[in-house]
Amino acid sequence: MSATAPGSWGRYPPSKPRQVLHCRDPRTLILPAEPLSCLPFGNGRSYGDVCLNDGGALLCTRKLDRFIAFDPVMGSLRAEAGVLLSEILALVVPQGWFLPVTPGTRFVTLGGAVANDVHGKNHHVAGSFGGHVRAFELLRSDGEHRLCTPTHHADWFRATVGGLGLTGLIAWVEIQLQRIANPWIVAENRRFANLDEFLALNDDYEARYPYIVSWIDCAAQGRALGRGIYMAGMHAPPGLMKSPPAEPRALTVPFAPPVSLINNLSVRGFNRLYYRLPRPARGLTPYQPFFHPLDKLLEWNRLYGRRGFFQYQCVIPPADAREALREILARVAASGQGSMLAVLKRFGDKTSGGLLSFPRPGVTLALDFPNRGRETLDLLERLDEVTRQADGAVYPAKDARMSGDSFRQYYPRWEAFSRHIDPRFSSSFWRRVMADRTSRETTCAIS
Amino acid sequence: MRNILIIGATSAIAEATARRFAAAGARFHLVGRNAEKLAAIARDLEIRSGQPVAWESLDLDRLDLHPALLERAEHALGGIDVALIAHGILPDQAACQQSVEKTLAAIHTNALSVISLATLLANDFEMRGRGTLIAIGSVAGDRGRQSNYVYGAAKGMVNLFLQGLRNRLSKKGVQVITIKPGFVDTPMTAAFEKKGPLWAQPDQIAKGIVAAVERGRDEAYLPGLWRWIMLVIRHIPEGIFKRLRL
Repeated sequence: MSATAPGSWGRYPPSKPRQVLHCRDPRTLILPAEPLSCLPFGNGRSYGDVCLNDGGALLCTRKLDRFIAFDPVMGSLRAEAGVLLSEILALVVPQGWFLPVTPGTRFVTLGGAVANDVHGKNHHVAGSFGGHVRAFELLRSDGEHRLCTPTHHADWFRATVGGLGLTGLIAWVEIQLQRIANPWIVAENRRFANLDEFLALNDDYEARYPYIVSWIDCAAQGRALGRGIYMAGMHAPPGLMKSPPAEPRALTVPFAPPVSLINNLSVRGFNRLYYRLPRPARGLTPYQPFFHPLDKLLEWNRLYGRRGFFQYQCVIPPADAREALREILARVAASGQGSMLAVLKRFGDKTSGGLLSFPRPGVTLALDFPNRGRETLDLLERLDEVTRQADGAVYPAKDARMSGDSFRQYYPRWEAFSRHIDPRFSSSFWRRVMADRTSRETTCAIS
Repeated sequence: MRNILIIGATSAIAEATARRFAAAGARFHLVGRNAEKLAAIARDLEIRSGQPVAWESLDLDRLDLHPALLERAEHALGGIDVALIAHGILPDQAACQQSVEKTLAAIHTNALSVISLATLLANDFEMRGRGTLIAIGSVAGDRGRQSNYVYGAAKGMVNLFLQGLRNRLSKKGVQVITIKPGFVDTPMTAAFEKKGPLWAQPDQIAKGIVAAVERGRDEAYLPGLWRWIMLVIRHIPEGIFKRLRL
């Protein structure tokens, strides 16, 4: 609500914007007084500091929440950038349409989905969100309104998709939806005993299902390393008609306890139990719990306590995936800092073309860790060693700590990207990953 | 399916309320000042409701234009089921204290134009023996306070006027609802520091308005907590109240 200053989902790093401005008119860009920099802020669901601008201004976009055009025959939708994906689903699902790509929470803004070029369980068939964007309008601090499509101002399009909000304010976005015959999902669950079995099964599942994700038990070691559960699904065919799924009721975590409730004991217990939990092999489920299981528990990030938590999501190219993932899981297991939710998925070959887009062919692994300070940062740096070695990448939307060198290795097109940054825009993330660079340049200039 | 007339349709509370009615497939006629904003809201509501939305921009201070306005709305909707009167301004209290003109202008917009519209709508509803009239009052209308009594006096006049209408029309099948919001985070209150549990979002108020219509309420403090706060405030003896800095 309006009571607290906007923060990120991981509650780390602590950050205080000097000014919070609310955008209400998609035709005008409001700017803070010079020399404050600004950054668009949607619904605060990115984990680290890509949505933060410590000491600068935030341009909150949630009040840019009007639909502009919807073609229920062709399935194209244009809406202001602050509309939530949940609001889009509520509008289009009853009319037989669905988001082309949905991330693990539906409480993200449309603008945020573009700026982070989010991906979902269907990456192997659909690619990332940016690939389904037909157009958007970018408001620049010089007063220009730039209409961008994959072919018109294509360089600005590619810089802004996955551009972390730095290229200007996205005023509205037009996306192409996908047809569905049924709001229900046919889901299949299957256990796998270890990482090798995961990799062996993957081709078969990818051929049969548009949506796949795997949960893995990252407390397991040895022969069980990487054991877990495939969760696959597809939109149900028209024949399987059931009443439309009710909007699920959610619980809210009321406050952040002083210490994390997620610790070794609870992680180990939860993982073991979750792996063993009997679940139907195949069945019909409403789309919400299938795509957005965590949205049932509002403000779940509070479980990690006031110090917050880190996410680590990397992608490892196919050639090295097996070895690198084994090494990462082994390093996590050995550290004793288990992750409550570990998610594994293979990305397909489709890319959106975004200069800073994270998804690329390979296997992606997402982990979260309560913030235990130095100890956690050291572990994450050790994981980065493996990712760098394997020529992988880490997801900026979930990052609060990768080094500038790592970032520039993971995103070799960063220089081409940086030419598109609006001179009045900046973020905590960008200053962090460029810090060593600017200081080096300054040193050169002085010497 | 309801036919809904919204006056002051660009207000944040009105827009949030319209969205909730739109989800149930309502049809709208929107009236407000800012044409560009009205067009954007109308387009949004068309998408949400799946129904065409008509709108017109008008200076509501022009009371002489009210009868024709209501005729057009009536005609466009084919009969008004629900009318929501939501327009208003938050005058600068300090400036009003120094200017009779500003004080009367604020009272004209916040009270007289509402009373003009309510009178015409009430008569129409009475004749047809049905209809729901909703107006946005304010907790500020419950007691005069030094910090905003010009705004409060106008809202208080609306409160009393609607009470009388309700008393007259309750026997005629017409519902009259007074909404009394507390502090709401809208462009109208942009100048305030919006911290603390008393500030509500427009959608919370909208939810309460829809509930008040469904449940046939006469008066709704929104959020509900304000009912108790104002109960206390109304009962402080004037001798004590006048010494407070409220």
